[in-house]
Amino acid sequence: MDEILLQFLNGLDKGGAYALIALGLTLIFGTLGVVNFAHGALFMLGAFCAVSFNLLLSLQKVTVDPTKTTAWGTPLEVRTPYVEAYLGDFGHWILNYSVPVSILLAIPVMLLIGFAMERGLIKHFYTRPHADQILVTFGLAIVLQEIVKSIYGANPIPQVAPDVVSGAADIGAMLGLGAGVIVYPWWRMVYLLFSLVVIAIVFAFLQFTTFGMVVRAGMADRETVGLLGINIERRFTIVFAIAAVVAGLAGVMYTPILPPDYHMGMDFLVLSFVVVVVGGMGSLTGAVSAGFLLGILQSFASMNEVKAIFPGIDQIIIYLVAVVILLVRPRGLMGRKGVMEN
Amino acid sequence: MTLIHKPLNRRSILKAGTAGGVALATPTIFTSSAWSAPYLNEPTGAEVTLGFNVPQTGAYADEGADELRAYQLAVKHLNGEGDGGMLNTFSSKALGGNGVNGKKVAFVTGDTQTKSDAARASAKRMIEKDGAIMITGGSSSGVAIAVQSLCQEAGVIFMAGLTHSNDTTGKDRRANGFRHFFNTEMTGAALAPVLKNAMGTDRKAYHLTADYTWGWSQEGSIKKYTEALGWDTVAAVRTPLGAGDFSQYLTPVLNSGADVLILNHYGKDMVNSLTQAVQFGLRDKMVNGKKFEIVVPLFSRLMAQGAGDAIKGIFGSTNWHWSLQDEGSKAFVKSFGQEYGFPPSQAAQTCYAQTILYADAAQRAGTFEPCAVAAALEGYDFDGLGNGPTHYRAADHQCFKDVLVVKGKENPSSQFDLLEVVEITPRAQVEYAPDMEDVKGDLGTCNNGA
Amino acid sequence: MKTRLSPVGDMVLFAAFTGAVLTMPIWLAPVGAGYPDLLQKFAIYGLFATGFNILFGLTGYLSFGHAAFLGVGSYTAVWSFKLLGMNPIPAVLLAIVVSGIFALLIGYVSLRRSGIYFSILTLAFAQMCYNLAYSVLTPITNGETGLRVLETDPRIFDSTTRAEGPLISKLFGFDMTGYPGFYFCAVLLIIGFFVAQRIARSPFGTMLKAVKSNQNRMTYTGLNPRPYTLAAFVISGMYAGLAGALLCITDPLAGAERMQWTASGEVVLMTILGGAGTLLGPILGAGLIKYFENIFSAFNEHTLSSIFSFLPDFLKELAVAISSLFVGEGWQLTLGVLFMLIVIFLPGGIMEGLARIGKLFRRIGRGSDKSHATAPAE
Repeated sequence: MDEILLQFLNGLDKGGAYALIALGLTLIFGTLGVVNFAHGALFMLGAFCAVSFNLLLSLQKVTVDPTKTTAWGTPLEVRTPYVEAYLGDFGHWILNYSVPVSILLAIPVMLLIGFAMERGLIKHFYTRPHADQILVTFGLAIVLQEIVKSIYGANPIPQVAPDVVSGAADIGAMLGLGAGVIVYPWWRMVYLLFSLVVIAIVFAFLQFTTFGMVVRAGMADRETVGLLGINIERRFTIVFAIAAVVAGLAGVMYTPILPPDYHMGMDFLVLSFVVVVVGGMGSLTGAVSAGFLLGILQSFASMNEVKAIFPGIDQIIIYLVAVVILLVRPRGLMGRKGVMEN
Repeated sequence: MTLIHKPLNRRSILKAGTAGGVALATPTIFTSSAWSAPYLNEPTGAEVTLGFNVPQTGAYADEGADELRAYQLAVKHLNGEGDGGMLNTFSSKALGGNGVNGKKVAFVTGDTQTKSDAARASAKRMIEKDGAIMITGGSSSGVAIAVQSLCQEAGVIFMAGLTHSNDTTGKDRRANGFRHFFNTEMTGAALAPVLKNAMGTDRKAYHLTADYTWGWSQEGSIKKYTEALGWDTVAAVRTPLGAGDFSQYLTPVLNSGADVLILNHYGKDMVNSLTQAVQFGLRDKMVNGKKFEIVVPLFSRLMAQGAGDAIKGIFGSTNWHWSLQDEGSKAFVKSFGQEYGFPPSQAAQTCYAQTILYADAAQRAGTFEPCAVAAALEGYDFDGLGNGPTHYRAADHQCFKDVLVVKGKENPSSQFDLLEVVEITPRAQVEYAPDMEDVKGDLGTCNNGA
Repeated sequence: MKTRLSPVGDMVLFAAFTGAVLTMPIWLAPVGAGYPDLLQKFAIYGLFATGFNILFGLTGYLSFGHAAFLGVGSYTAVWSFKLLGMNPIPAVLLAIVVSGIFALLIGYVSLRRSGIYFSILTLAFAQMCYNLAYSVLTPITNGETGLRVLETDPRIFDSTTRAEGPLISKLFGFDMTGYPGFYFCAVLLIIGFFVAQRIARSPFGTMLKAVKSNQNRMTYTGLNPRPYTLAAFVISGMYAGLAGALLCITDPLAGAERMQWTASGEVVLMTILGGAGTLLGPILGAGLIKYFENIFSAFNEHTLSSIFSFLPDFLKELAVAISSLFVGEGWQLTLGVLFMLIVIFLPGGIMEGLARIGKLFRRIGRGSDKSHATAPAE
């Protein structure tokens, strides 16, 4: 029982990440009609916003200690972070909270990146075939990740969660099931909550604002919206920037779970495409629910009991489910007819 | 050597009987420079070319970059530039800092991408186009085995880089391939006594294993030695390579009754699974009245940086560490550190040592002929390359030397000071028979490509 | 499709292509690509992309799982070596048949959907193949290490000629490595090109193009597009299987990573880069990508220094520093930039670039049927 509950939590947590990436991807698909292979790179850039912020904070004052030497004979350098040196306790606090605080940096940066990408590149590809869109965004993804690699190297760079939420929570004890039965990391719960909040904000934005209404109308029928005299293209830029921010935030908050490296975007790219398509092209609810569904199924498929019956099932479950769903429901869970079918 | 049987690469044509005629009638376009030379890629000019085949893209790119630094340093030292590094401490004094066999050492580089196909393509380019006489490098066992068998077929020497699977010099050993790095069998033998001292003999272990050959090899060796201590293996679960999020494999550990978690992961998998295991509170957990422990059998300092604080207090083994105080290690750290500003990794050390060993063997043999070099390496005893007295065993071309058992340092003094050496397990304790059940293999005969 | 539709034009193109392929060792040598392994790769991946183009270029169905057939072909070929012997002919035939069967099964299921749903279905099948081959199916595929031929294998037809020495595929006494291996691949590439040309010109090819331009209208005229697309899918799967077999014939090792989605993506990129729907484009795209992968990755600071050694020192260092970002470990950056530049400025890929250059020289427009008409569909 506790095992099933834990796997359910794992699934929700994974699902949160999948849903956040898929949400932005599907927004771009649905409104702009663009297949964005650089979306994984946006996720990665978000994560590196956190890394950069942390590096910035831990910029170190280097003093040379001439009395000691390193193992290779040069004088030992003593490093103290400026922030700690000048701000004392507050500096320490902000270093500790660098991951959540870097959201404040990530939002404007990702908005800017999204804006620049759409204006500079994507907008020239609205009328181009999807194959061209794939090629150009894939090229862009490679360029972005190579730039990150040349700055930060190829190794993962650890990011720590704030001390308060770095440990594991004894949920079992809280629920009265006995101590130590259900233990789950705090940060993963924070991540789940965070993803739910972001999803809620995006939905509320689309549901309750005029802007959102136009975007939804554009997703349903772009031509008619255009005929009504609404300049939908201008909205596209903002939609793209929002999608970039959502992907970036997903990346920022994921860093304590997965130490970021330059390649993490590609690792998520294929998976998020599967999620979007299983959810149904152009359906935001579909993307979110498919994200959670696939996350949960992946967790349960990895249970030893399941693997004993179907060896290797955890390796292929996502793809297997995708095939089954697409065969049973031709347009994914909630897809509409005619979107991206030709 | 077997020169008479293999004078030419197109041996089959000769065997077909119409030998000379067909061979001479073959347009020159079919032929390689191997035709007139007694062995493939015999250096004829003033230089000899070595091929450094390292991962430059992909997850091991940083490790590959460090390997390349070590190779460049080794080439410098061989050509008499720089401070000479471990050439000064190396027990063999055949090399005089004037190249090898009177020829200046040159090199070509290539990207393995940590993919067998790409690695072989890159090695082939070095052999076919650049005339490399020896190929070395790599950061994964799959690639090492693939390139080793390529070198065997082509007829050049392969000096393996970082490869830890038993198979490289076990099931898949080749006459043209040599490995300086240690393997999972040695890790098991070295780690077990230390684990016994630190954790006792009544432990229940839970393995998470990367689902590919190296992971299985590692899992098998650790199981063998820990079970001999009296440990129970509760479960051994296979995880997909590059899983990223390991939560679904970690939660079953929590209530499994196990009190030791063994992570048979390397590289990014290790960084992720260890980080996440610590987040699940496994390092602070008490089970069966004992403190829960995590073990990472193969540690790499370079990769451990990615796991940050999570490695503190975690046991593992490593081939070499820059804090070692023997003369060879000190000389190498000094010359590497002065050149690049930071200490070398274990990958760098093994690659440097392999290059020096190859050059020395060629010098002692007086030729670059692969089979003569191989003969000079086989059964060779040396010292002063950082791991104490070392023996290159002739039966499987595996080096035998002391193995380091390390632990994640609690209070690192710098970003490079992550591991502390707990014990240097003497060579005698990690030796095994070359025809032991899991490592049996056929070396075959040496091929010089001619 | 092509600018020249006349049979004579086709013959000229084919003859020129044959000549160019067979003389590759000569005219590629000055750019550093004239060594057997890379030439083999050019021919093999050219074949792979040509086959992919029969599906994608003609019908517009974008498969994201073609690497699966490459992998299946490779494994079949190595198993053929292991069981039957080192002759490449049975390996080629078996690989084509087995990958054809795989393509039939996967295609039958995947072609029930179109557009991106089709792409994801093919991707899912290929990823399942890859993940299983890497782990659970290790007894068949030898997992990470890759499947190789061993001395202990039965190789029943080799018993008479069994000699000691490396296990290399042999045809009529020629080792299938080095230049003989390249010419073996080159001949198959030429045959493959010829078949692709015939298909594009045949009524069947016209049907496939009809699927691409308007499937609905085709259905209204009472034609069922499914058998045509399935046939195209199987044919292109067989090309991929053949390419996979050739990879193993020139180098007897089959690894699972050949089936990973990145490998599937690579053939998509090759095709689009060269010009989808054109006959020569995919082959040029394949050559370009393989050239970058093998040659650009091999530059290091030493080679760069010697290239720029004619410059004064400070300029030299600057030139080395800048150019080293794009070669060696940065070769993928160059590739990414190249993808973007080509797709932004040459929507029809390299072929459009060539057509434009050609037009520039002739100054005579060929009317409206230039390669714009090849606009690839999703």
